[in-house]
Amino acid sequence: MITLQIILFSIFALIAIVSSVLVVTRKNPIISALFLVLNFAALAGIYLLLNAQFIAVVQVIVYAGAIMVLFLFVIMLLRPEHEKNFFEENPKMKWLALTVGGVVFFQLIYTIFFGKLSSAMHQNAEKSVQIGTVESIGRGLFTTYLIPFEAAGFLLLAAAIGALVLAKKHFD
Amino acid sequence: MIPIEFYLVLSAFMFITGVVGVLTRKNAIIVFMSIELMLNAANLSFVTFSSFLGNNIGQLFVFFVMTVAAAESAVGLAIIIALFRNKLTINIDEINILKW
Repeated sequence: MITLQIILFSIFALIAIVSSVLVVTRKNPIISALFLVLNFAALAGIYLLLNAQFIAVVQVIVYAGAIMVLFLFVIMLLRPEHEKNFFEENPKMKWLALTVGGVVFFQLIYTIFFGKLSSAMHQNAEKSVQIGTVESIGRGLFTTYLIPFEAAGFLLLAAAIGALVLAKKHFD
Repeated sequence: MIPIEFYLVLSAFMFITGVVGVLTRKNAIIVFMSIELMLNAANLSFVTFSSFLGNNIGQLFVFFVMTVAAAESAVGLAIIIALFRNKLTINIDEINILKW
């Protein structure tokens, strides 16, 4: 039976797979960055299918919005470099990487399909709608996980200062 | 109803694409983007299990992963800019002064 959920999942998953391959294989870093934005948008759609509303919105704002703008900004600050085609330069290394990737992928697939996950887990739609809301996440962040939350804020402050110091014109 | 395997296979595929990107690309920025791809694959697994188990801790963890990813990309891109200032290249094969 084909439901709307399955159709939407297929579309988003296809976009995510194709764009992630294109991120890795394109020569021009700007095109890679734009495909990465597309990948993040497709992932946000998949998060919505999983009833994780808060994470889907944060994904678009933080990843597709803030982080990728930073990436594009830095790419445009630097001089473009001409990299060779995917298999032209050092093809041995690339085949080695593809082999390693393939082996790990089949290990993961084997574990996923022979772990009998489907029989153990069924998506409980009502419950997953309740846990994905801003209220549920916010309640967790400000009660049980308050100290990690404050530590994350401190980490961001340290990262901002660190980035400023590192990108300064002259080191003292 | 979509079985949990579909989400996990998508996540595994994205992770492997990121691994291959880190191993093969020479441009430091694209290596960085591959790392973001791997972080997102892990996030997808977290959200999947969170949703299927009916427990919000997975989604809280994704929040923290995103915070760390933002901090990491800010510092990493600053390092890339500093490297470019000193060596006029971001090709990771030419940046080898720490090589023994």
